[in-house]
Amino acid sequence: MDSNIESETSSMTSDQKPTGLKLFFKKLVQQRMLVLMSVPFLVWLFLFKYLPLWGWTTAFQKYRPAKSFSEQEWVGFDQFTFLFHDERFMRVLRNTLAQSGINLVLGFVTAIILALLLNELRGVLFKRVVQTVTYMPHFLSWVVAAGIIQATLAPDGIINVLMIKLGMIEKGQEILFLGIPEDFWTILGLGTVWKDLGWNTIVYLAAMATIDPAQYEAAEMDGAGRFRRMWNVTLPGIKSVIVVLLILNIGNLMESGFEAQYLLKNGMNIDYSENIDIFVLTYGINQSNFSLAVAAGMFKSLVSIVLLFIANNIAKRAGESRLF
Amino acid sequence: MANLATGTAPKKLSRRNASLGDRIFDTLNIIFLCLLMVVTLYPFLNTLALSLNRAMDSIRGGIYIWPRDVSLENYKYVFQQSTIFHATLISILRLVIGSITTVFCSAMVAYTISREDFVLRKFITIAFVLTAYVNPGLIPNYLNIRDLGLIDSFWVYIWPGLIGVFNLILIRSFIDGLPDSILESGRIDGAGEFRTFFSIVLPLCLPVLATVALFTAVYQWNSWLDVFLYNSSNIKLSTLQYELQKILQNSSASSSAASAFSNPDAAANAVTPLAVRATMTIVASVPMILMYPFLQKYFVKGMMVGGVKG
Repeated sequence: MDSNIESETSSMTSDQKPTGLKLFFKKLVQQRMLVLMSVPFLVWLFLFKYLPLWGWTTAFQKYRPAKSFSEQEWVGFDQFTFLFHDERFMRVLRNTLAQSGINLVLGFVTAIILALLLNELRGVLFKRVVQTVTYMPHFLSWVVAAGIIQATLAPDGIINVLMIKLGMIEKGQEILFLGIPEDFWTILGLGTVWKDLGWNTIVYLAAMATIDPAQYEAAEMDGAGRFRRMWNVTLPGIKSVIVVLLILNIGNLMESGFEAQYLLKNGMNIDYSENIDIFVLTYGINQSNFSLAVAAGMFKSLVSIVLLFIANNIAKRAGESRLF
Repeated sequence: MANLATGTAPKKLSRRNASLGDRIFDTLNIIFLCLLMVVTLYPFLNTLALSLNRAMDSIRGGIYIWPRDVSLENYKYVFQQSTIFHATLISILRLVIGSITTVFCSAMVAYTISREDFVLRKFITIAFVLTAYVNPGLIPNYLNIRDLGLIDSFWVYIWPGLIGVFNLILIRSFIDGLPDSILESGRIDGAGEFRTFFSIVLPLCLPVLATVALFTAVYQWNSWLDVFLYNSSNIKLSTLQYELQKILQNSSASSSAASAFSNPDAAANAVTPLAVRATMTIVASVPMILMYPFLQKYFVKGMMVGGVKG
C-alpha cells in the first residue's frame, strides 16, 4: 500500500517536472517587480559574503600578491605544518583559549549573579536605574572602553591612588598593571565584565520574568528562604537559557575577540595578549604573509565548528535543549 | 512585551511577613548594587571631569568626578585640529549614510521574503542565513575588498555591512506580524510592488526600522577596524574612533602617558596628552550617550525579538 502511493507520487512528480519549471519561470516573470527588488541584493550578497571564500585557496599556496591566480605556487598543507611547528603560534593558541575561557566563566557567573540580585529587588524604579547604568558601557566602542581602562590602570589612575590611600603600596611604587604580562588575562576579563555585565543580564532577566509566580509562593509556603528560592526556583527556571548560551559560547571559544586585545596590548604584555586574530592581522596585513594568515584563520573556523558540534552533542546527551 | 523588556518579574511576594533576614538581604543587595553602579560610572565620570578641567591643573592630580578648574580649552584645542574636525565629519557621514542605506535595503529584501507567494523566497532566505555561519575571515575579506577596488574609498564603510542577517529577520518577522488585510488592500487597489512597499510597508514598519537604524548607527559610529584595514593611508577618510585609537596606541607604547605626545603646538596651547585623550574619549562617545535613552528602549526590545527568533 505504502509503496503503491510512493510510486504514484514519484511518477506524478516526474510527469510534472517540465511544467513545474515552466510554472517557475512564468511566476518569475509575473513577479518581476519582486525579483527586481531582491536580485540586486543577491548580487551584493555574492560579492561581499560568498566571493571572499575563494580567498581560502591562498592557504594552500605560497601566495604572491603581484602574481595572478594561475601563476601562484601550490604548496598543499605546508602552511599548516609550519603553523603547528611555530612556537609563536602555539603561544597564540594558548592565549586565545585562556582569554576566552576566562571571559566565558567570568562573564557567565557575574551576569547570572547580577540577574539574580536584580530579580530580588522589590522596587521597580531602583531596578530601572541599575539597569540603565550597567547597560551603558555596552554602547561605547572598544576604543573608548580601552582608553578608559588604560586610564584607570595607569600609574596615576584610580586603582593606584586607592591602593596608596589604603596603604597597600607606598607612593612612588605605583604599579603599571598593563606592563605585567601575567595579569593581562585578568585585566581583559574584568574589562569585558565592566563593559558587558549589565547587557548580558537581559536574556536571563527575560527568562526569569517567565517563571510562574505560583512557584515562588509554593516555595515560600514550604518555608524556603531567599537563597533557597533563588537556588530551587529561579535558577532551574533559567536553566535552558543558560545551556543554550553555554553551547553558543563554547562554539565561540576560538573567538576570544579582537578589539580589546589589540587596543590593550603593548610591548610588555604581548606574550599574553596576542591571540589568533592579532596573529592573523600581524602576518597578513603588516607582513603581507597572506597564506600563513589565512591558514591560521581557517584553522580557527574549523575548530570553532567542531567545538559547536561537541557542545551541542553534550547538551543533547544531558537531555537539555540544544541549538540544532 | 514591556514586562519582558525590563525583565520585571510579575511576582508579588507579600511584604508584611518580611523577616529580619529578608530585610538584611534587601539592604545588602541595594548597597552592593549601588557600589556596582559607582564602579561602572566612575571611570567615565573621571574622564569627563578631566576633559573639562584645565589641562595644566590636571597634572597636579586629584581630579576625581568633578573638574576643579573648569575650562573648555581642551575641547577648543581638539576641534582646532583639522584632522580631528574632518574625522568627526566623516564619522557623522558614515553614521547617517550607513543607517539610511542599511534600513532601506534591509527593508526591501525583508519585504520580498515576507511575501509567501514569491518564488525566490526560500532561496533568498537560505542564501542570507547561511552567511551567519560561514565567515571567510579577516584576510580573505581584505583580499576581496582589495580586488573589488574599494580600498581608499568612503564606500568601504557602507558596502560590506549593508544588510545583516539579524536585521533582515527582525524586519521580516515584523512584516509577518502586520495584518494581511492592509497589504491585500493595496494590491486590490492595483498598487504595484514598489507602491505597496513605499506607501504601505515602509510607514507601517517605522518602529522596527527605528530599531535597525539605531543598531546600525552604533555599529557605524563605533567601527574603527575597517578604517585601519582599508583606509589608514588616507587621512581624509579617517574617523573619530580611529583617531582616538591612534592616540591611545601612541600613549600605551610608553609607560607614562605624559611623554607620548608628539604634536609640537600642544605645549603652546597648554594642553597635555592626558587631557587630549580624555577629551577625545568624550567626543567619541557623545553621540552614543545622547542616543542612549532610545538605544536602551529599542535595543533591549530588538535583543528579545532576536533572541526568541534566533
